Amino acid sequence: MTIVLATRRILTPVLAGVLLLVFWQLVVDLRDIPGYLLPSPEAIGTQVRQNFSDILTASRASGTNALVGLLAGIALAVAAAVVAVWVPPVERLLTPLASAVSAMPIVALAPVLSIMFSATSDLPRRIVVAIVAFFPVFVTTVRGLTRIEQVHAELMRSYAVGGWTLTRLVRLPGAVPYLFTGIRVAASLAVISAVVAEYFGGLQNGLGSRITSAAANTAYARAWAYVVAAIGLGLVFYLAALAAERLASRGRVPIS
Amino acid sequence: MTDQSVAAVSLTGVDKTFDAGRAGAVTALSGIDLAVAPGEFVSLIGPSGCGKSTLMRLVADLERPSAGTISVFGKSAHQARLDQDYGIAFQAAGLLPWRSVRANVELPLQVHGMGRAGRAARADELLELVGLAEFAGHRPDQLSGGMQQRVAIARALAERPRLLLMDEPFGALDEMTRERMQGELVRLSTQTGCAVIFVTHSIPEAVYLSDRVVVMSPRPGRISAVVPIELSDRNEDTREEPGFFAAVTAVREALRARASVELS
Amino acid sequence: MVRLRSVLYGGAALAVILLLWEGYKLVGSPQGWSVNEVRLLPRADDSSMPHVWTVAERFTQPEISAEGSSSVLVAVLRAAWFSFRISLAGWLGGVLVGVALAVLMQRFRTARDALLPYVVISQTVPLVAIAPVVVGWGGQLAVLGQPWQPWMSVAVISGYLAFFPVAVGMLRGLDSPGPAQIALMQAYAASWWQTLVRLRLPASVGHLVPALRLAAAASVIGTIVAEISTGTRGGIGRLIIEYAQAATGDPARPWTAIAGAAALGLVVAALVSALDLALARFNPAGA
Repeated sequence: MTIVLATRRILTPVLAGVLLLVFWQLVVDLRDIPGYLLPSPEAIGTQVRQNFSDILTASRASGTNALVGLLAGIALAVAAAVVAVWVPPVERLLTPLASAVSAMPIVALAPVLSIMFSATSDLPRRIVVAIVAFFPVFVTTVRGLTRIEQVHAELMRSYAVGGWTLTRLVRLPGAVPYLFTGIRVAASLAVISAVVAEYFGGLQNGLGSRITSAAANTAYARAWAYVVAAIGLGLVFYLAALAAERLASRGRVPIS
Repeated sequence: MTDQSVAAVSLTGVDKTFDAGRAGAVTALSGIDLAVAPGEFVSLIGPSGCGKSTLMRLVADLERPSAGTISVFGKSAHQARLDQDYGIAFQAAGLLPWRSVRANVELPLQVHGMGRAGRAARADELLELVGLAEFAGHRPDQLSGGMQQRVAIARALAERPRLLLMDEPFGALDEMTRERMQGELVRLSTQTGCAVIFVTHSIPEAVYLSDRVVVMSPRPGRISAVVPIELSDRNEDTREEPGFFAAVTAVREALRARASVELS
Repeated sequence: MVRLRSVLYGGAALAVILLLWEGYKLVGSPQGWSVNEVRLLPRADDSSMPHVWTVAERFTQPEISAEGSSSVLVAVLRAAWFSFRISLAGWLGGVLVGVALAVLMQRFRTARDALLPYVVISQTVPLVAIAPVVVGWGGQLAVLGQPWQPWMSVAVISGYLAFFPVAVGMLRGLDSPGPAQIALMQAYAASWWQTLVRLRLPASVGHLVPALRLAAAASVIGTIVAEISTGTRGGIGRLIIEYAQAATGDPARPWTAIAGAAALGLVVAALVSALDLALARFNPAGA
């Protein structure tokens, strides 16, 4: 029974994906769709093969920016969350800021960061990624640190312990799955921001700049090939973060 | 081991009112007098809102009384909590989900500074006692509800308390599991010789477990009757004895008497 | 009340950031601070980090020195309004498609199995990266006899980003009624349509509202990114790039456009929150 279900779960989407690719290929071939509208999967595949080593180089550049920015954002967010829990005004200032920032296009800061720091380094992009990654991690970590089940609180009270013991034994381990939920959200945003920040100028070494320059040269199939690489990079980050989250929240009630 | 001259728990003229915001104050308990002897098993029973949980939480020093005095082994409830004179179990097992079963049982020993080896030995002993020795390395979510509750009871017994406070610990279990757990609890309380205050809303459960059943009524919460239970021995057949039925009837009558007064 | 307090604290947070900015300008070096040629702290001079009041002043001054030029504020507002309309079009389109897709996935098991993994995954990957490749559509396509306008490419990207959170949130909402509620409808012999209208749609509001908010933020970001990468003129995204290019002689100018983009994001979020209030009846627990 479960085997049938699992096959269904996996086979159906795979089949749907293959069908879509075949349909896409046929439409492009039969209707003679020009490449600037929609290149065929075959053309994109050819471009992926031909530019493979450059795709790897560009992916590494964008991936490094995303990773460095993400790690910096996580470290700052965890530090800020711990401070915010101990010093309530910090929490009250940062929480509305977090919801405001989530509605704002932070990548738009890329050009001015280039002016402030340097247009010829990766730092402005990494700062953009760090800012974008900071807030979801901060919000979920604060939630995890402040949320404590009543029965656990009362149990610790009946043990006549509080303060640091309570933090160490209940609060911190309880916050870990929340932290990783934030990291999962931040990991996706990090890759997206790292790639998109490249559209705003600066160094021409990553996937985003490869996509724009290919599109500017009307080499649309090549642009699509780099888009595919960007999607692959996003998947790597997401799946890694998802695995970490699953590992961290084994045996817990899932966090919505 | 226990000093027989001092009551395990003694409440005198205890009131408890909660501040309910705009609705004013709600009187949860009024004029409670109760003494529990060392080694005695006392159940608190009554309809929702009669303050039976609040009464137990006052003894645990999780709430403070508005009036009256509470002493636990001759000390204030507060001091008794600081001295860890009681073990406690709630309706939710309240296990820490990131700790193994063994580490959960060790929790109170750990927070009170017992060494690693001593903790492990005591946890083994307790898990043996509640019949979960082979599950020591499991995580709580791998256990059934009844097994989780047994871990919670083992945890409550970890520091050999002379008093066990239990707030509907079997409330979420199915009837069969519940009866088996009741049997185990009787055995445990006899073996350890500790006094128990047991909150429940099940009449047969209260009768089966207790030396005395304290019947409570709501608005305001007060003790309306105390029914002594005289069953010679608890075993598989106890629930089918005439004496058991008589005691169940007595408790039911006490509960109903109170209800009819309220209706009139 | 709670909302007002968050707005006040948000304003206080902004004030703290501006104070930190000016504070850094007081103590920071005009060359910044570098380790191994990598500048880790920004240049504090006026051409890299203009004073807060310089930026504020810049809003009131003419955009360019030419005669009759309107003020920067007018230019930013005009660009923001342009982007706002594209975002709105993208958001509406995205919401419609997202809701329709969610209903489809709720109704047909196979549609769910086939589509849901892609919808979930596509929220996590940089799909907005395709923005530059839709540039080619400008002037080449015609829909129903109407020539394809550049802004339509932008709206398509915007709507494309907006539709994913809606599809996922809406599906979760449609799935949210408990087994007891479903069984009740079955006991009434209610049709699928009746169950949808009487039970699933009202129950989905609590999940839909946060999804609409996510979609609004996504559509604004999509619009700005698409404007930049497609080179569409007239919107706030393009304005940021134009002003950034003029920053050497006029360092305060790019900040005016960024402030405009931030304000656009906040206004759109506020509008969705207003919608949230209108739908509060279906959502007693709050979103």
